[in-house]
Amino acid sequence: MPGSSVSIIEVDKYFGDFHVLKNVSLEIEENEFFSLLGPSGCGKTTLLRIIAGLEDVDDGDVLLDDKSILNLPPNKRPVNTIFQNYALFPHLSVYENIAFPLRLKKFSESEIKRRVDWLLNLVRLEEHAQKKPSQLSGGQKQRVSLARALANEPKVLLLDEPVSALDAKLRQELLIELDNLHDRVGITFIYVTHDQAEAISISDHVAVMNSGVVVQYGTPYEVYESPADTFVANFIGESNLMKGDVVEILSDEYIAVEFPSFGKVICYRDKPVKVDDTVLITLRPEKVRIMHNKPTPSDGIPGNVVHGIVDEVIYMGYQTKYFIKTDEGYILKVYKQHVSYLLDERIIKWKDEVFLYWNPDDSFIVEVEEN
Amino acid sequence: MKPGNLTRIITILAILFFYLPIIVVIVFSFNSSKSPEWTGFSLRWYYQLFTSSGYIWRTFLNSIIVGVSSSIVSVVLGTLGAISVYLGSKKFRKVMWTTTYIPFTIPDIIIGVSLLIFFTTLNVRLSLFTIFIAHVTFSMPYTMMIVLTRLHDFDKSIIEAAYDLGATKSVALRKVIVPVAMPGIIAAFFMAFTLSIDDFVITFFVAGPSSTTLPLQIFSMVRFGISPVINAISTLLLLGTIFMSVALRRYVRYII
Ligand SMILES: Nc1ncnc2c1ncn2[C@@H]1O[C@H](COP(=O)(O)OP(=O)(O)O)[C@@H](O)[C@H]1O
Ligand SMILES: [Mg+2]
Repeated sequence: MPGSSVSIIEVDKYFGDFHVLKNVSLEIEENEFFSLLGPSGCGKTTLLRIIAGLEDVDDGDVLLDDKSILNLPPNKRPVNTIFQNYALFPHLSVYENIAFPLRLKKFSESEIKRRVDWLLNLVRLEEHAQKKPSQLSGGQKQRVSLARALANEPKVLLLDEPVSALDAKLRQELLIELDNLHDRVGITFIYVTHDQAEAISISDHVAVMNSGVVVQYGTPYEVYESPADTFVANFIGESNLMKGDVVEILSDEYIAVEFPSFGKVICYRDKPVKVDDTVLITLRPEKVRIMHNKPTPSDGIPGNVVHGIVDEVIYMGYQTKYFIKTDEGYILKVYKQHVSYLLDERIIKWKDEVFLYWNPDDSFIVEVEEN
Repeated sequence: MKPGNLTRIITILAILFFYLPIIVVIVFSFNSSKSPEWTGFSLRWYYQLFTSSGYIWRTFLNSIIVGVSSSIVSVVLGTLGAISVYLGSKKFRKVMWTTTYIPFTIPDIIIGVSLLIFFTTLNVRLSLFTIFIAHVTFSMPYTMMIVLTRLHDFDKSIIEAAYDLGATKSVALRKVIVPVAMPGIIAAFFMAFTLSIDDFVITFFVAGPSSTTLPLQIFSMVRFGISPVINAISTLLLLGTIFMSVALRRYVRYII
């Protein structure tokens, strides 16, 4: 089953006066695992429904393999949907739910059986074939809806927050299963979620949406490592966002920024700036290293060094989250991964005096205000 | 006395008060004499009912004809109404909800009088047909509400899922909406039937001389004194009702 490419071209959508999708354009490659990521209410479901044909557009176009599908009704589009609440038919057994699209296509009974059995095996629900949806757990329902949506051999599978109703552990398992399934069926998956960890863990490409606008498109690495703006920096992963003034242009690549919160720091110059511009800098907490002794240049660190006191310690087993109060009273988040046996080290405790340092490349500009 | 005990006693008394007259009717249907005191067990009133009460059975047949036909039509119309409300916009739903709800609060006597005026203005002769129309009219809000209650147990996304999986609108209607609504439709049918079988007030206004139903018949017999035959037929009716509600208990939760 080869999948299709999907192009969303300058789509606008209104509900009454409410502008839900604002000039949205996206290129989704054939057979890729694509994620649409954004907070609740930003228009993800609406965009998915437009692709499925359950909602009209007010402007723009939707192409499947370079051909417009906007004038096709939902039942004629080679696209199937996993609905947020699974939308299983309550009066039909698992077997009949999966057979539903096949019966509409008037396949012979033996062909239907062959295909349903294959799909039941694919989602490992053979023993539950005769059960009604009300007798299934959340994870099982999700797998039935997956098998049912794949029965038609669609070219694109749309998944609307398929795991958000499940508990955390099951969610992880199903994500891995979904990833395997994608490899097996090899069609295009468009996956909608508000959970950034899900999106960046399984996607080939991610589009981040905010209030009906696509704010960033890229690979998971790109959106995580170089968030396009404050919203993305905050929404994907965690970060320290700091406002300061550019005091010196050091080179093409580096600038010195003076923060009222903790003095002068060297930052990466990923946007054109001049001296005196105000910049918003982001710094991921896991990129900051923490130690008791002031690092010296012989430690091989060209980076920024900040002094502070441990204000809060949250031990999580695989990592510890520290909240460090700088001399100027600013709180900086620092996450230390535990890569070796912890008790061998001198453990950093509450109220300890510590030094933080990081590579200037890891503190970079997300927004510029010209002064 | 603890307040818990007091409420329990009041509840028991209330239930007794409700069932006592019914028990009296059953007991006296087996009484051997016409007098209101117990004179011994006998089946003579049942015998009389089955052998020499043709007029009662004719009215009973009328009731069944009206009950079955009006319930079928009422359920079909009510189901279509419920589906259009279910699929309709929020605004449509609100308007329909209100217009369907109001008839519940209109007194029977007003419905009866207005239907009578309606029929006489149109010069329709009063007959079983007018009773049938009247029964469809007053039971439709119930059937619609019952089917709608059932449909509202399910999210509209099941219909979108049907479209998404290749169904046209009419296939989605036949293969998904109607089967999903079926328990509600069955409940609605029996609700409409029950309402029709025991309606007195509205039927009284729209019945013609040759179209007496069982409740009208019983009422007219009571005016000439309570015959134990009435006790016998009431007991049988009661039995039928109990049997029906036991058989249908899985649908009862859709009946408001
Ligand atoms: N049928 C509708 N009528 C009016 N407003 C709607 C409708 N569907 C969604 N909306 C609104 O559009 C916005 C985007 O909704 P949705 O696409 O469901 O967001 P998401 O899936 O990202 O949470 C929300 O504010 C929602 O309330
Ligand atoms: Mg949504």
